[in-house]
Amino acid sequence: MGNPMRIRAGVAGDTVEVKILMRHDMETGQRKDPTGAVIPAHYIKTIVAKHKDKVVFDANFGPSVSKDPFLSFKFKGGAAGDKVTVTWVDTSGDTRTDEGTVS
Amino acid sequence: MRITAVLGAAFAAGVLSPKDVFAAEWSQKVFDAKSLADAVKALGSDKFEVSPDVAITGPDIAENGAVVPVSISSKAPGTDFLAILVDKNPSAMSASFNIPAGTEAAVTTRVKMGATSNVHALARANGKWLVASKEIKVTLGGCGG
Repeated sequence: MGNPMRIRAGVAGDTVEVKILMRHDMETGQRKDPTGAVIPAHYIKTIVAKHKDKVVFDANFGPSVSKDPFLSFKFKGGAAGDKVTVTWVDTSGDTRTDEGTVS
Repeated sequence: MRITAVLGAAFAAGVLSPKDVFAAEWSQKVFDAKSLADAVKALGSDKFEVSPDVAITGPDIAENGAVVPVSISSKAPGTDFLAILVDKNPSAMSASFNIPAGTEAAVTTRVKMGATSNVHALARANGKWLVASKEIKVTLGGCGG
């Protein structure tokens, strides 16, 4: 189980802007520790955001997305009080789902 | 009794397999591509064009290559896919996004850059591949170590 995400969603008209801050090392597999051993790659690969069971955003990450990834996007058709659910899966198969409320 | 409980937990874990949740396949080939042209090829096309409909914004100079904010967007009608690519990184493809109907073709995220490089926004609109590019200078790389 990964660290919790911070999800903020604000509505203007019928457009919801979602901002997601994930907490993850996003280790590239290119770095070495002080003894010279390669630190194995460990990064988030897929992120899916849903609003009322409909996928509103779907991203694939490579290792070159920054540590503690940030994402923002906008979708239409949301209203205050709606829930936005975000799930990520990383290279080790670890996964985390969190929910934000549109305000 | 204990064995039953373990089997039950394993079954539950199997049922909740994350693979069922995701629509788009994460492709090793796409994320191994060394250049914009290779990445487009891995995505199933052999041509792309520079387009004024696609935009990329980011800093002109990034002091810290480990955290470079980049925004990409496309005004081209029918945009259903966006991606960020960094030319000089070990693998060019940084992140790709599927844009369902009802979601704006505009994304902001933060990427790592090993060195000063061209950064590309790639969009697919009605089957055509469109590109916009911007050079971002990096004073301290974020991929070494």
